[in-house]
Amino acid sequence: MSRLDKQAIVAGPGYSRWLIPPAALAVHLSIGQVYAFSVFKNSLVASFDTSLTAIGWVFSIAIVMLGLSAAVLGTWVERSGPRKAMLASALCWGVGFMVGSAGIASGQLWLLYLGYGVIGGIGLGIGYISPVSTLIKWFPDRPGLATGMAIMGFGGGALIASPLSNKLMALYDPDFVSTEPGAVASGSALAQTFVTLGLIYTVFMLIGAALVRVPPGHGDDSTAEHSPGTNGALVRASQAIRTPQFWFLWVVLFCNVTAGIGILEQAAPMIQDFFRDGSDSSISAAAAGGFVGVLSLANMLGRFVWSSLSDKIGRKPTYVMYLGVGLVLYLLLALFGSSSTVVFVALAVVIISYYGGGFATVPAYLKDLFGTLEVGAIHGRLLTAWAAAGVAGPLIVNGILDRVGEPGNLVAADYRPALLTMVGVLAVGFLSNLMIKPVAETHFDDDAHAANEDRISIRQEAVR
Amino acid sequence: MSTDDTTTTTSPALVTLAWLLVGIPLAYGLWQTLVKASALFTG
Repeated sequence: MSRLDKQAIVAGPGYSRWLIPPAALAVHLSIGQVYAFSVFKNSLVASFDTSLTAIGWVFSIAIVMLGLSAAVLGTWVERSGPRKAMLASALCWGVGFMVGSAGIASGQLWLLYLGYGVIGGIGLGIGYISPVSTLIKWFPDRPGLATGMAIMGFGGGALIASPLSNKLMALYDPDFVSTEPGAVASGSALAQTFVTLGLIYTVFMLIGAALVRVPPGHGDDSTAEHSPGTNGALVRASQAIRTPQFWFLWVVLFCNVTAGIGILEQAAPMIQDFFRDGSDSSISAAAAGGFVGVLSLANMLGRFVWSSLSDKIGRKPTYVMYLGVGLVLYLLLALFGSSSTVVFVALAVVIISYYGGGFATVPAYLKDLFGTLEVGAIHGRLLTAWAAAGVAGPLIVNGILDRVGEPGNLVAADYRPALLTMVGVLAVGFLSNLMIKPVAETHFDDDAHAANEDRISIRQEAVR
Repeated sequence: MSTDDTTTTTSPALVTLAWLLVGIPLAYGLWQTLVKASALFTG
């Protein structure tokens, strides 16, 4: 048994469960950097002397690899335990930055695709799901709060990485001034920034791996006492994907993410276009940048606040709110968003908080449906919906907007077809959520279920 | 990084330190974003 195995990291009786959220946050704050990748875009375009689209692929590859690796490696993560998974994630994420840096330094774009995109993307997938199952097991009474804290970190990671990356690029290239429009850092500064970030994140994630423990009795899944779903369900990942509930929830997540991306992708030009009079907008470029910042905060806080609320009101009603209220808010944005800046910002803030909340609440929803037996692995498979939405969302929005012109030169009415399409997407998600019922007993893992019942009986007898 | 098989309670100082470790960078990111976001109301 190695020190990385699940059996080796079983917490002693006095171990505080409040060490687990910071361990999870150490990982999620690090991998959340991926959402700040755009901070490098201009400099990478100049360094490789290529198009924005070619650089955009780096991020797209990373997100697709996140979804694929979470789906393929979810069962491995579940069986290996959080420490081994966090270590693997830290190494992939760190090596991804190093290989990416080598690509920048040598002018080989394919190395950046391979490093940051493929290797780093695998680190993202493993890292994203690594603490989720453990958190749910430590906080069976508040799974929404627990996973909300960790997944909030993924949103928070971008808030840290963006200013940190700008500072590092300015440190390595004194001519780089991030606040100047169109400023680009040299290739050498970029490469050094990647190395520095890779080292910082690796160390930070390893601290998380050192802190994490599984709850007493959870060193071996076959003998652990699992929390069943709301109807007593304990379902394995291989069986969960054969249930309609899994696929209804897949559609729910896909629709929620697609709709959120509809705004996030175009946030800065969109707010300027909504308040345009002729060629001038009443919203300055700086204010539009501020709007992106406000949305980042809403995205992050929505993950914690709404996911925690789901512990009180239930998972299904929470998604009724995300998708049903979200649908109405999207409609109001399309019809009345241009009436005032306050209305526009308020609507967008709530919509994006629902987008973040949708990510953070889904592990607890899975726990309610399938129990904790292999909830991490099931979560990994569900994240393919995120990868699919990451491709579909921008395609839908850009496809519709391309017909009317270039964002940044449009007016509010030009956005209406795209926003109304998102209303339709949310309606599909809303109906899909309503279709989710408790999982049928035929899908339960009979052996695990019977053994678990025995363990619960024995424990209750011992208490008496 | 070995098994915790003792019954000693986790030190509150360790819990505080762990939260500070993640809380300080997060607070830095939040502050930087608030400064940027303020441009929406002043810019």
